[in-house]
Amino acid sequence: MASMRDIKRRRAGVESTGQITKAMKLVSTVKLQRAKERALRSKTYFHSMYLTVKSLLSKSGNVDSVYTTKQETSQKAVIVITSNRGLAGGYNSNVVKLITQSDFKKEDLDIYAIGKKGRELLERRGYHIEEEMSDLMEEFEYADTMKICERITHRLEKGEIGEIYLAYTNFKNTVSHIPTLIKLLPILPEDELIGDDEDDDDDDLIMNFEPEDTDALKMIIPKYVSSLLYGALIEATASENGARMQAMDNATNNAEEMIASLTLKYNRARQGSITQELTEIIAGAEAIS
Amino acid sequence: MADTTFHLKVVTPERIFFEAPVEMVEFNTTEGELGIYANHVPLTVIVSPGVLTITTSEGEKKAALHAGFAEILQDKVTILAELIEWPGEIDENRATAAEQRARERIAARDDGVDLDRAEVALKRAIARIQALK
Repeated sequence: MASMRDIKRRRAGVESTGQITKAMKLVSTVKLQRAKERALRSKTYFHSMYLTVKSLLSKSGNVDSVYTTKQETSQKAVIVITSNRGLAGGYNSNVVKLITQSDFKKEDLDIYAIGKKGRELLERRGYHIEEEMSDLMEEFEYADTMKICERITHRLEKGEIGEIYLAYTNFKNTVSHIPTLIKLLPILPEDELIGDDEDDDDDDLIMNFEPEDTDALKMIIPKYVSSLLYGALIEATASENGARMQAMDNATNNAEEMIASLTLKYNRARQGSITQELTEIIAGAEAIS
Repeated sequence: MADTTFHLKVVTPERIFFEAPVEMVEFNTTEGELGIYANHVPLTVIVSPGVLTITTSEGEKKAALHAGFAEILQDKVTILAELIEWPGEIDENRATAAEQRARERIAARDDGVDLDRAEVALKRAIARIQALK
């Protein structure tokens, strides 16, 4: 049995770790609240965007544009959103798994990494990192996502890449985060449009477009894509903090459990040493008499 | 006569920029300038950089609207703005400098210069300066 001093020291160590994880949990909780509020603020925008693109697409089914037709090249761009810091349970590896376990061929992929952890994990597995924009995870604005999308869609227009994918973690609620891989472009007619479908008021107003439907579509789709990316970033931030909150909550609980069992061990060891001392004293006294 | 006001909502991905009943709204589109009163024909237009003028019963309000699109219904107008600023948020010196720079770039016409981008930058700078006036 370990000595009393060892157990005491170990317990002190676990206690201070528990304090750290508890503090980290509180920090993530606050950050999660903030991310949720942000998501709520931008909801109107995304919903209107979704409805507009949907009505546009339903009106002009077969538009001849790079955004809506299949490309010849098999090269794909994948935007991978992970976190810059670890200690968030399976958050990062789940997103990376989406790519490593998909049907994509390693050579076909150009990774655009947002988040250091994702970049590190994919780089180690031999994926080609085209660009890293990890600073965005700390702070991002809509203008940033616009720039990224411009760069990537530009490559699509030039025919360097055929498809654009986005891997991120969907924030369903505080306890459930779903790693998701979606195709941003091209939007093929048979594809379901991505967006929240709630309270879809289908009033049969005939909407006119100026310029013409097809031209309007060409101009709106890049906006649609960057709004999707922006939304994904917000959700990923919320998920990251949610995942960290859970991981830290588990860690704190485990620490408490360990402290309880160590306290028990410590008391047993203490009791044991007292008993032993007593036995020795009694034995000594008996020997004298 | 029917109600002369309609509901205007200007949203950006980050906030609700403006939301109130208004009498008229004017802005630039890719097809030219557009002024909207109540009971307009349903229309979706793409915004091009310019000044957004909102006329309410209390007076006129201006903002620099750079990119986005607008959905116009009879009693409701929604502008989805990617970039929009109130005059108070604009740095006049920076805008003037940007205008200068863009003009020089367009005038130079070097091969390395992306003319489209320079033109957009110029339009933005002009919109900002006009919104300040």
